[in-house]
Amino acid sequence: MIIDLQRFIRTERPVWTELESILNRLEAEPNLKLSLEEIQRFHDLYERATASLAKLTTFSAEPATRQYLESLVARAYGEVHETREKRRRLQPIQWLRQNFPQTFRRQIRAFHLAVAITIAGCAFGTVATMVDPESRHVTMPFGHDQLKPSQRVSEEETRTKDRFAGNRTLFSSQLMTHNTQVSIFSLALGTTWGIGTILILFYNGISLGAIATDYVSDGQARFLLGWLMPHGVIEIPAILIAGQAGLVLARGLIGWGDPTPIGSRLRAVSRDLVTLSIGFALMLIWAGFVEAFLSQYHEPVVPYEAKIAFGTLELAALILYLGRSGRK
Amino acid sequence: MSSNALPIRTPEGIVFSQTLAGPVLRFFAWLIDGLCVMALMSFLTGLIRVFGLVSPGLVNAVLTIAFFVLNFGFSIFFEWAWRGQTIGKKLLGLRVVDAEGMRLQFDQVVTRNLIRLVDLLPLAYVVGGLSCWLSRKCQRLGDIAANTIVVRIPVVTEPDLDQLLAGKFNSLRQYSHLAARLRQRITPAEAAIALQAVVRRDEFDAVARLELFEQLASHFQMKVPFPQDAIDGVSSEQYIRNVVDVVYRTSATT
Repeated sequence: MIIDLQRFIRTERPVWTELESILNRLEAEPNLKLSLEEIQRFHDLYERATASLAKLTTFSAEPATRQYLESLVARAYGEVHETREKRRRLQPIQWLRQNFPQTFRRQIRAFHLAVAITIAGCAFGTVATMVDPESRHVTMPFGHDQLKPSQRVSEEETRTKDRFAGNRTLFSSQLMTHNTQVSIFSLALGTTWGIGTILILFYNGISLGAIATDYVSDGQARFLLGWLMPHGVIEIPAILIAGQAGLVLARGLIGWGDPTPIGSRLRAVSRDLVTLSIGFALMLIWAGFVEAFLSQYHEPVVPYEAKIAFGTLELAALILYLGRSGRK
Repeated sequence: MSSNALPIRTPEGIVFSQTLAGPVLRFFAWLIDGLCVMALMSFLTGLIRVFGLVSPGLVNAVLTIAFFVLNFGFSIFFEWAWRGQTIGKKLLGLRVVDAEGMRLQFDQVVTRNLIRLVDLLPLAYVVGGLSCWLSRKCQRLGDIAANTIVVRIPVVTEPDLDQLLAGKFNSLRQYSHLAARLRQRITPAEAAIALQAVVRRDEFDAVARLELFEQLASHFQMKVPFPQDAIDGVSSEQYIRNVVDVVYRTSATT
């Protein structure tokens, strides 16, 4: 095909320039909505640009023009063929009332699996602590294995000096960031086809089961509930939601019984992953705050019954929120 | 192992390609971003320390949270605000794009940056680098999960052809129909080789240069044979200069 290149470029350049200006607008303003006429015009311009590229593809006389057109078509292609809804402006109230709980319920099977793995870990930790008390050095986080529960309770209840005095905010921020980072890690390990996520959930379960068994068998169940419940009823579900997100990611990667390509599967879950991540991060911020400012106070400063009642209220509110909020 | 171009075919049958960025270049972009985060943290630390006299605990708490937010938020913020680029990526001419050429979504930006935690393992991006090296699309685990790729944006600088080709009569232009056929038959790769040979002629030693231009001239003469009087007395190098002139300077007069 021999074309009059100069004439061709002269005729087509205004089309490319117009297409580029629309693309610049769309990219500069992610929330921009084009009118129907503008969309039709945009589509026409895209078609013209692709036709121009087809003509120039094997024509080397204008490599710079070809490269320019290629990049223009690449940019427009994403805008024309994109079928995913554009993310609207941030609407925190709607997100809290609808998006997060709805996403949680949509992926409830992964949450159930995360709970089941954690319960299995708890059972393992319980049995290990009962059968072999020395296993505490492996199953419990460092510090908890050094003291008998009754010794710790006695120390906490007779303490006259506030060990976090002046540093409670710092302690709270450390809890928030550390727990969030571990939870993100649990999600990210979904890329190991979920093996890493399952191991983290199972290990968390072991620690929880071992500590609970240790306190209960030492007659300190009341202290345990008063200590764990205020922050734990939010923190543990948050960690489970991080595990849920990791398992959702793993399912997207593996694609059990799903014939769609991996790209489409991951595209379908990516928004849910982000929603769940923001959700568990917010929950961990709350849990970190409560752990630093309430959970570490024990009797006689704060009665255990009050702390247990507070935890029970939080748990009921969380169940109600995740189970009911955003239902039509 | 990955090749460095990813072709994307549109439903209209047009193929355009994205040049994939390799792990080393991406590592350097990450290092630059790391330095930016450190600089921001130092600045923030200095700024907040002023309030340390009132409450040192509060200052440390704010710094802990600030470091955490900056660590995760820096790349998320810039990749979203600058359409797939951070400071490091911008400096090195890289961009994150959707693996299928679609519009990059906020969710994809967040996902690829959260999964970075695994890519960084055990240290300095070993997992991410290996994944990148083994993946067909040069994707680290975060890219696989977010369905994104990182591409190179080449900076195209057109050579100053007027300077290179000035002052010489081009005998090929006397045959405008053959010149048009030459423009049509020559592939982009062949045109680029001819141009590079002219631009970089001084880098070759005399014998190698003579040999190169002779090979190129005979190749292009076979593509489109010009009449004898157009090539009589024209050296191989001048013949290639004439070819470049015909191909790249379509606006020149004969």
